[in-house]
Amino acid sequence: MKSAILVFPGINRERDMARALKLASGHEPAMVWHAETALPRGTDLVVVPGGFSYGDYLRCGAIAARAPVMDAVRDFAAGGGLVLGVCNGFQILCEAGLLPGVLMRNARMKFICHDVHLRVERSDTPFTRGYNAGQVIRVPVAHGEGNYEADEETLKRLEGEGRVLYRYCSAEGIVDEASNINGAAQSIAGIVNERGNVLGMMPHPENHVEDIMGCTDGRGLFAGLVAHLERAA
Amino acid sequence: MKARVTVTLKSGILDPQGKAIEGALKSLGVDGVASVRQGKVFDIEIAGSDKAKAEAALKDAADKLLANTVIENYRVEVLS
Repeated sequence: MKSAILVFPGINRERDMARALKLASGHEPAMVWHAETALPRGTDLVVVPGGFSYGDYLRCGAIAARAPVMDAVRDFAAGGGLVLGVCNGFQILCEAGLLPGVLMRNARMKFICHDVHLRVERSDTPFTRGYNAGQVIRVPVAHGEGNYEADEETLKRLEGEGRVLYRYCSAEGIVDEASNINGAAQSIAGIVNERGNVLGMMPHPENHVEDIMGCTDGRGLFAGLVAHLERAA
Repeated sequence: MKARVTVTLKSGILDPQGKAIEGALKSLGVDGVASVRQGKVFDIEIAGSDKAKAEAALKDAADKLLANTVIENYRVEVLS
């Protein structure tokens, strides 16, 4: 798996992501600066990591979404390439128009930084094949603007087309108001685009991949990507 | 020319910041505040003196960056 991690000023999770990708694939990811106009040759996964690109000025992800490298990412995604956006990366992908909707201020106005449970809604996608459908995983979140919103028609389409891959839930896998940490529409934690090759999610699977982290539930996502790409090769 | 772009949340979009400000105003005892919605104002200096051209540039700026039209409306004004 040849992955490329985009680096914007203010991003701070790129090293965690690089470590998780290296652990899963055995290959060191390329770090790609936002001013680049092309991705490294042979890239088969682009990752937009978390952090606070441009200090969250204007709107979270708004300025990063207009960086030169994003044109290359758009072309890459249009050609079917896999793109993963985590946290600020999810916000950037929405602002760039690669995913529908928007991430609003958390409904209870607080920055949330703790572990959450996610229900994996299906296992037949490149981003979830390391899990079973209905499986509950524990991963951390760290965000102030993770409240996913979209117009009613978009939400209906996301649900109808099975594009919600991860949802906030209780430890038992129950999706309810109490487990919906940020007030997201339909407890949405992660969605894919129409073609299914671009995933955005608020939680940080890259931070639960080694025993020393206290949990390895995030490994499945990366292992699934590696397995998918190996099979495609 | 001086110009102003005002960006506001579309109606129906939840505005937790506006709600918090509304609560604070009420607790300060400011009379008659029924509700608050927060927005943004951009004061922009435009080179040249062609008003129509300036308005087109401001609209372009709002569509491309200043507003997220999924959730926000904007208004463009050339002030002088």
